[in-house]
Amino acid sequence: MWKWTVGIIAVLCLSIAYATSSSAPSVGPKIVIDKSRAGDRCVEDEDFMRRNHMKLLMHQRDETMHKGIRTEKYSLKNCISCHASTKDDRVIGSDEHFCQGCHTYASVKLDCWECHANKARPKAATATLPAATESVAGEKK
Amino acid sequence: MNQPQNTENQAAQTVDEHRRNFIGTSAALAGLTIAPGVMVYGIAHSKPEQEAVTNKVRWGMLIDSSKCADGCTDCVSACFTENGVSLPSTPPKETDSQWIRKVELKDMRTGREQSLPVMCQHCEEPPCVDVCPTGASFKRADGIVLVDRHICIGCRYCMMACPYKARSFVHEELTDQSPDVPRGKGCVESCTMCVHRVDRGEKPACVEACTKAGHEAILFGDLNDPNSEIAKRIASKATVQLRADLALNPGVRYEGF
Repeated sequence: MWKWTVGIIAVLCLSIAYATSSSAPSVGPKIVIDKSRAGDRCVEDEDFMRRNHMKLLMHQRDETMHKGIRTEKYSLKNCISCHASTKDDRVIGSDEHFCQGCHTYASVKLDCWECHANKARPKAATATLPAATESVAGEKK
Repeated sequence: MNQPQNTENQAAQTVDEHRRNFIGTSAALAGLTIAPGVMVYGIAHSKPEQEAVTNKVRWGMLIDSSKCADGCTDCVSACFTENGVSLPSTPPKETDSQWIRKVELKDMRTGREQSLPVMCQHCEEPPCVDVCPTGASFKRADGIVLVDRHICIGCRYCMMACPYKARSFVHEELTDQSPDVPRGKGCVESCTMCVHRVDRGEKPACVEACTKAGHEAILFGDLNDPNSEIAKRIASKATVQLRADLALNPGVRYEGF
C-alpha cells in the first residue's frame, strides 16, 4: 500500500512538472524584439531593465527637462529607436508591441505615449541590415 | 487701437526713467566686472550633452520690427513645423495652440504700420512661474521658461498670469508628435525657444526661418556674453521690452518702434 501511494505521488509530480515545462512559453507577454534593429543587448542587463527601467526614465526625464542634460543612453528616444516594431516603427498599438505588451500583462498604466512620440524615426542603417530575426522575450524563468 | 497705444506710451514714458536708472547701474556693474579681466570664460554656444545648463548664459532674442516684413509668417510656420503644432485652422478656433503670433500695429495718428512676432518673452521674473501651484512652470538656469508637462495639472493659472498671452492649453488628444517636442492633452504649452535645438547648439526655428527669408529681423544669442552680437546691439541701440512697466525683464527685446 505504501509503495502504491509513493508511486502515485511520483507519477503525479512528474506529470505536473511536464505540464508546467511544456506550457512555460505561453506564460508572460509575447514581445517581439527585432534583433536587427535592437542589436544584441540593452543599455543595461535585461533583468535590471525589467525591474528598473521606470526609475532610469524618471531620473533622465528630470535631468533633461530641468538641466538640459541630453545624454542618449537612458533617453526615451533611445529606447524606442531599438524597441519599436519593424512593422510600423511603434512601441504601442497592440499587445505584440514592446511597451504595450508587457504593460498590459503587468496591468500597469502606460502614459508616456500620450505626449511622447511613440514612433521611432526610421533608422537609415536598418535598411542595409539582413532580414529581421525575431525572438520572443519575457518568458517566465 | 489708439487708446491702448496711448496708455502704452504713457507707461513707456514712466518706465523709461526706471530703465535709464537701471541701465546706469548695470553699466557701472558691467564696468566693474570687465575691468579686472574677469570675463575670461568663453561662453560655448553648444554645451556638452552631459553637462547641465548654467546661469552663465542667458538666452535672448532681439526682434527688429523695422525689418519684419508685413504679411510674412515664415517664423510662425517654421515654429509650428519644428514643434509639431498644427497650423491654425481656418477659420481659426479659439482652442488652437499659438506658440508665436504675428501682431500688426498701426499708429492711428500717423498711419504707420508695422508687424512683429510675439511669443513667450522668457522673463527673468516670470509671473507664470510665480503662480504655478505644482512647480511645473519653471525657468531653466539659462533663462528659458518652460512647462514641465510631467508635473503640469492643466489648471491654466499661468495662462491668466502671463501678460503676453503667450501660453496655450492643449484641449484635444494629439498623435504623431515630434520626438523632440512631447505635447499632449491637458497641459499648458508655450514657446520653448526651441530648447532642444539650443541644447544642440542650433538657433531657434523662427530665427533660422527669418534669416532664410532674408529679413534677419530676429537675432538670437547670449545676453550675458558681452561679445555676442545681441549683447552688443542692445548695448548700443535703443531697444524696448514689452510691458517693461511690469519689471519682468523679458529675454526677448524689440527695436524699431
